[in-house]
Amino acid sequence: MDGAHDMGGVAGFGAINPEPNEPVFHAEWERRAFALTLAMAKPGGWNIDMSRFAREDRPPQDYLGRSYYQIWLVGLERLMLERDLLRPGEIEAGRIFQPPAPISARLMASEVATTLRRGGPTEREAIAPARFKVGDRVRAKDIHPPTHTRLPRYARGHVGVVERICGCHVFPDSNATGSGEDPHWLYTVAFNGKELWSDAPDASVQVSVDAWEPYLEAVDAD
Amino acid sequence: MTGHHDDHHHHSHDHDHSDLSETELRVRALETILTEKGYVDPAALDVLIETYETKVGPRNGAQVVARAWSDPEYRARLLHDGSAAIGELGYAGRQGEHIVVVENTPSQHNMVVCTLCSCYPWPVLGLPPVWYKSAPYRSRAVRDPRGVLREFGFELDPGTNIRVWDSTAEIRYLVLPMRPAGTEGWSEERLADLVTRDSMIGTGFPKQPHEVA
Repeated sequence: MDGAHDMGGVAGFGAINPEPNEPVFHAEWERRAFALTLAMAKPGGWNIDMSRFAREDRPPQDYLGRSYYQIWLVGLERLMLERDLLRPGEIEAGRIFQPPAPISARLMASEVATTLRRGGPTEREAIAPARFKVGDRVRAKDIHPPTHTRLPRYARGHVGVVERICGCHVFPDSNATGSGEDPHWLYTVAFNGKELWSDAPDASVQVSVDAWEPYLEAVDAD
Repeated sequence: MTGHHDDHHHHSHDHDHSDLSETELRVRALETILTEKGYVDPAALDVLIETYETKVGPRNGAQVVARAWSDPEYRARLLHDGSAAIGELGYAGRQGEHIVVVENTPSQHNMVVCTLCSCYPWPVLGLPPVWYKSAPYRSRAVRDPRGVLREFGFELDPGTNIRVWDSTAEIRYLVLPMRPAGTEGWSEERLADLVTRDSMIGTGFPKQPHEVA
């Protein structure tokens, strides 16, 4: 979706202001919101693309008005509400309204280390040969799906060069909607800064995105 | 960390429950509800927090960089297959399943961003700092990386090209910075002290030898 989360190149956000000696978390609630989000993925059964969409699919003023872990929190609430793991009003009331919906598994303390270590690899076996090869010129399609996508707006419509073939990976646009992993070839595509930003201050800049094959179309040789 | 039930005791000033923010109250209520429903093991939450506060952080990445600076064969493996070489040092897993290491040279400086959210190589750098997840960095890194670097206090040589890696998929990027001059013969342990988090994101450079003397 063309949401506020898609920030590449947007003007007006001001200075970066890194915090010296920044702590990992800035408040106890951030620790708990972070851990609850990681722990609920197992009983909740959602995937990372569903999580990302739950966070980004909100009005711009809402997305921009929340801190990072506040966005995680509302994303988590939404994923649970959608699955009846949380009932409307339970948080405000601070108590359970109905017997909990059954879950298939929960994350136990003894499993945390192995679960983190396993992670969630997204590379899958290829079912078709890659359409593009290293060195090919490709155009990022000018697409605007209302659902989750990982093709940033600033790259759309622009021509870049395939620099690396990263293997076949789970396709977020499909995975986010529950339509299956639908793996596609993933490419690192490099764009010249001048191609992306005609008024760029610096011609020595190259920017790459990692783009799945359905995001790309061939550019005919001149 | 034993949970949140007594965390108002951690404040030395006059906070009590009535002063807690709406968000703090909401998270407390949510944890209580999810625990009562049997969906989360509170001890698992403590382990998750402890892991990322005390075990997984940029010190891991610094070890990787110091090894690459010391061992040319390791450096070659690292640039060929980042996750595998990083795994040799025992670092692996969530948000580091597919790590690609990009090497700074006199002619190319690399900078990593995630313009769409906050993708970051957790096993080697830990959780990202606030600025990395913030709108100013995410918006500007792909458009004016030289200006971004200047804001971090570094002026890049005009002859050095900049490459920005936008982490739009599940590939995670780690920058291999250039080894500072004057460190010949240093042990990996000493070298690792030069490697800053920001130098592995590309918004900074390693410390100079005199800075850690």
